Amino acid sequence: MAISTRPGASAPVYTDGVVRAFALASVIYGIVGMLVGVIVASQLAWPELINGISWLSYGRLRPLHTNAVIFAFGGCALFATSYHVVQRTGQTPLFLPGLAWFTFIGWNLVILSAVVTLPLGMTQGKEYAELEWPIDLLIAVTWVAYAVVFFGTVGIRKIRHIYVANWFFGAFILAVALLHIVNSAAIPVSLGKSYSAYAGVQDAMVQWWYGHNAVGFFLTAGFLGMMYYYIPKQAERPVYSYRLSIVHFWALIFTYMWAGPHHLHYTALPDWTQSVGMIFSLILLAPSWGGMINGIMTLSGAWHKLRDDPILKFLIVSLSFYGMSTFEGPMMSIKTVNALSHYTDWTVGHVHSGALGWVGLVSIGSLYHLIPRMFGRKQMFSMRAVELHFWVATIGIVLYIAAMWIAGVMQGLMWRATNPDGTLVYSFVESVKATYPFYVIRVLGGLLYLSGMLIMGWNVLKTVAAGKAEPIAIPAPAHA
Amino acid sequence: MEILYLLVPLSVVLVFAIMVMFAWALRSGQLDDIDREGERILRNDPDEVDANQAAR
Repeated sequence: MAISTRPGASAPVYTDGVVRAFALASVIYGIVGMLVGVIVASQLAWPELINGISWLSYGRLRPLHTNAVIFAFGGCALFATSYHVVQRTGQTPLFLPGLAWFTFIGWNLVILSAVVTLPLGMTQGKEYAELEWPIDLLIAVTWVAYAVVFFGTVGIRKIRHIYVANWFFGAFILAVALLHIVNSAAIPVSLGKSYSAYAGVQDAMVQWWYGHNAVGFFLTAGFLGMMYYYIPKQAERPVYSYRLSIVHFWALIFTYMWAGPHHLHYTALPDWTQSVGMIFSLILLAPSWGGMINGIMTLSGAWHKLRDDPILKFLIVSLSFYGMSTFEGPMMSIKTVNALSHYTDWTVGHVHSGALGWVGLVSIGSLYHLIPRMFGRKQMFSMRAVELHFWVATIGIVLYIAAMWIAGVMQGLMWRATNPDGTLVYSFVESVKATYPFYVIRVLGGLLYLSGMLIMGWNVLKTVAAGKAEPIAIPAPAHA
Repeated sequence: MEILYLLVPLSVVLVFAIMVMFAWALRSGQLDDIDREGERILRNDPDEVDANQAAR
């Protein structure tokens, strides 16, 4: 891996092929995953929609939706941006480019296997970890290769300081490896069926230790890595406080691991464990908001850029959704609030304010920055289309989460309402019926978000067609 | 809740591992003179990479 920096030698170039592949895959999977989302949202409003076809039933398509948007769309965006950022900030090509291509093939095989097995009903029954054991093994192998490529590239960097975004990406890669291996431990009985290595409440605890840390490290730390590179690049300003970004990183990873039990309030989980989960969830508000303010304040003194640049709108609004959902999350983890919100659609609204608002918008903004540069263009084919995408997506999110807030609080209140004699005022089905209009509004919000993604697909196609994938030279360090 | 005998030690080991990483970052100078590190990613001019930072 010796890279010559002498003048006259052929200039070293960045390993961008795999970045391009992951970036384009992310856009395609985004469209597919969000389409499945709209289908399952429609099934909740109109349950007879696909009546009788078991492969397309809600219970099988819902995990396909979550896997497609989190691991296919979000995962590919993380692969693309982490491979891009680690090279640019270290001014070095990727370590073992062949292995990087292996991660692309491996990750896509995982996604294709999910597309086949989930509609067939093969599942471990663990939320966000549904895939059966042979696929879990493939994920583990791919992930180890990812870690080797990423940390290898950090190891051969030419800049001594490791930029803060790489710390976030690194923590995300290591934590996801640990979470996946512990939670997916299972006893196989056949190729398509296995039983969890843990039983009962033990299994629930491991599952939500995994589940919430997947939110924390996959959906938060990884995308914060994106945020700390692409917001300064797009705004052409350094992050507001580099010191705060380092405090943000260490505070977040030191305190994250024990928020999981808040998913199991009022269950068989011991009371003190629930309280520990609640306290750690509340602590998380501090580093989360520190990071959110740090990102937004990067535009301090240059707020006019927000008016003219739709990519910055994506990135900055994503941070306001990050701030909103990291405030809402700790509030919902308080047991008295949770008594109202648990099992209602409020939870679904909370997840989507994080998923559509934070993860979706920050990925889309970063991809709009990254894709033209990967194809020798200064910007996307149509910036007006980017602007349109931003507004369509934002209105879609607002419709979605407002509908779910109202539906959730309404359900919580209806379920707990009692008559003077102690009997329930409402039967469950009455609360379902009352939710119907909000389910329809949610379908509308999802449709808007999906249309935005289709606009992006067209814009990316045009940008790639007009551009050319040319190697980009690595600036040679000048030894003073 | 026997599972806590796995998860709690795992968290403790993890916190120690994070502390080791933090100590490494402190000792190896990762956190020295960080004021200019935020700006470095904005420069494309190779001359901006000074001898001190390109010392690897």
